[in-house]
Amino acid sequence: MKMDRNEMQQQYKRAVLKTTRNVRMTQLSILLLFFAGWELTTYLRWIDPLLFSSPSRVWHLFVLRIQDGSLFMHTSVTLFETILGFLLGTFIGTFIAGLLWWSPFLSRVLDPYLVILNSMPKVALGPILIVGLGPGFTSIIAMGALISLVITTMVVYHAFKEVDENYLKVIKSFGASKKQTFFRVVFPASYPTLISTLKVNVGLAWVGVIVGEFLVSKQGLGYMIIYGFQVFNFTLVMLALLIIAVLATVMYHLVEILEKKLIRHES
Amino acid sequence: MAFLELNQVEKTFFSLETWTTAVEDIELSIEEGEFISIIGPSGCGKTTLLSLISGLLHPTSGEILLDKEIIERPTPETGYMLQQDYLFPWLNIKDNITLGLTTMGKTTDVDRQLAFQLLETLGLSDKIDHFPSQLSGGMRQRVALVRMLSTDPKLLLLDEPFSALDYQTKLKLEDLVFSTIKEHHKTAILVTHDIGEAIAMSDRIILLTERPGRINKEFVVPLHLKEKLPFDVRTDIEFNPLFQTIWKEMEPDEDGS
Ligand SMILES: Nc1ncnc2c1ncn2[C@@H]1O[C@H](COP(=O)(O)OP(=O)(O)OP(=O)(O)O)[C@@H](O)[C@H]1O
Ligand SMILES: [Mg+2]
Repeated sequence: MKMDRNEMQQQYKRAVLKTTRNVRMTQLSILLLFFAGWELTTYLRWIDPLLFSSPSRVWHLFVLRIQDGSLFMHTSVTLFETILGFLLGTFIGTFIAGLLWWSPFLSRVLDPYLVILNSMPKVALGPILIVGLGPGFTSIIAMGALISLVITTMVVYHAFKEVDENYLKVIKSFGASKKQTFFRVVFPASYPTLISTLKVNVGLAWVGVIVGEFLVSKQGLGYMIIYGFQVFNFTLVMLALLIIAVLATVMYHLVEILEKKLIRHES
Repeated sequence: MAFLELNQVEKTFFSLETWTTAVEDIELSIEEGEFISIIGPSGCGKTTLLSLISGLLHPTSGEILLDKEIIERPTPETGYMLQQDYLFPWLNIKDNITLGLTTMGKTTDVDRQLAFQLLETLGLSDKIDHFPSQLSGGMRQRVALVRMLSTDPKLLLLDEPFSALDYQTKLKLEDLVFSTIKEHHKTAILVTHDIGEAIAMSDRIILLTERPGRINKEFVVPLHLKEKLPFDVRTDIEFNPLFQTIWKEMEPDEDGS
């Protein structure tokens, strides 16, 4: 009887692993198919390689730009701006959310302003940022931060406020101060919301930074895109897009790792 | 002067539209080591009364004295156990039961010894590194009990602590809580809907009126029942007559007499 169940468990495990393997294989096939199709259709001139480039062209340009070092420069500039914009937006947003939780008066005062700021398309503020902070990476980072800041404040504040009153009662009954209540209960209880905010902000920061680089047009992947567009070099555009896709995915996965660390008990 | 004194306590909640008096005219004194039960219809202000005694709420008028001092804010002197366990899901059992101590800045092994001892007594030592989601309802309620007792409070406030449990677990936990409280010579106030539980566990039973809650009647549990474990009280011959008396008292007057 016991043996039987062991055997069944092994079977179950094999089935699960097999499904996982199938998923991975299919994912990989789609990717390969995409690039192969792209290569083939441009090779056969079904679509215009001048407009859509092709994987081989992108690859050659990639190797070339690695060798002259310019790709590394553009990528690191953009990555630096994005990470900083992401961190600033998230941290300042969360900090303001904390202040609003702390002072219900402040939260009521600021409420309509947050709504206005949130409905504003933040990228429209780009020109003002550039005038104010200069046409350099400061305004690009500011853009990356601004785009996620307001929504972070609103979402995280909402999470803070929604923490079950009874958890607060528990810690208050031990004579906890407001600070202790916040850091021991309100904040950890909001981890799930914080994590999903982080995930959204990864994407938002990229939007802000790329648009910022479009506007400032000095360096970075956004600059590569706008420059490639202007001189009709779409291989350059595609290269920048592919790099952005890879980096954004990596950042997203880093957030997921953080999630596993923070939310252990859910498992 | 008694250990806990409530003098003409009233609590009214205000909102923009209206006001609600939850309890009024509460005059009550409780001696050290007593076990009191509060029963009454739903919404009559039992939870409010406990929150007032705990210091989480302030009376609109009147005063509450614990050990001759007016209660200003919650203190670790008073332990509060809510209707559900409200263990923190993001902390493991060890951190949950030492929550009160950590909040008070007591983090040495000596400070924590009591908490770990109690966990052992309640048979949950092996669960110390688990998270609350991995425990059953009864286990969680026991952990909540340890958490409350870990700071060694003098006064225990229990707000329907067993109402979310199945009947068997409830009976077992009643015995466990009863003996733990007696052993550590605590004063306790238990809010419950269950007349049987009130008789089984307490020395005195306070019956509140409909909202606004006032003290309607007081029942003293016969001496020899007080000493028995809750489970044994329920089978005692004196249990049923007392149950009937309280039951009748809680029924609204039908015949108008
Ligand atoms: N924070 C509050 N604001 C406004 N009204 C409240 C508040 N807390 C309680 N009340 C009101 O006070 C009355 C008593 O509530 P309380 O929770 O003390 O009743 P209870 O006796 O514990 O009821 P139950 O047996 O259902 O738990 C109710 O009418 C309730 O609506
Ligand atoms: Mg209640």
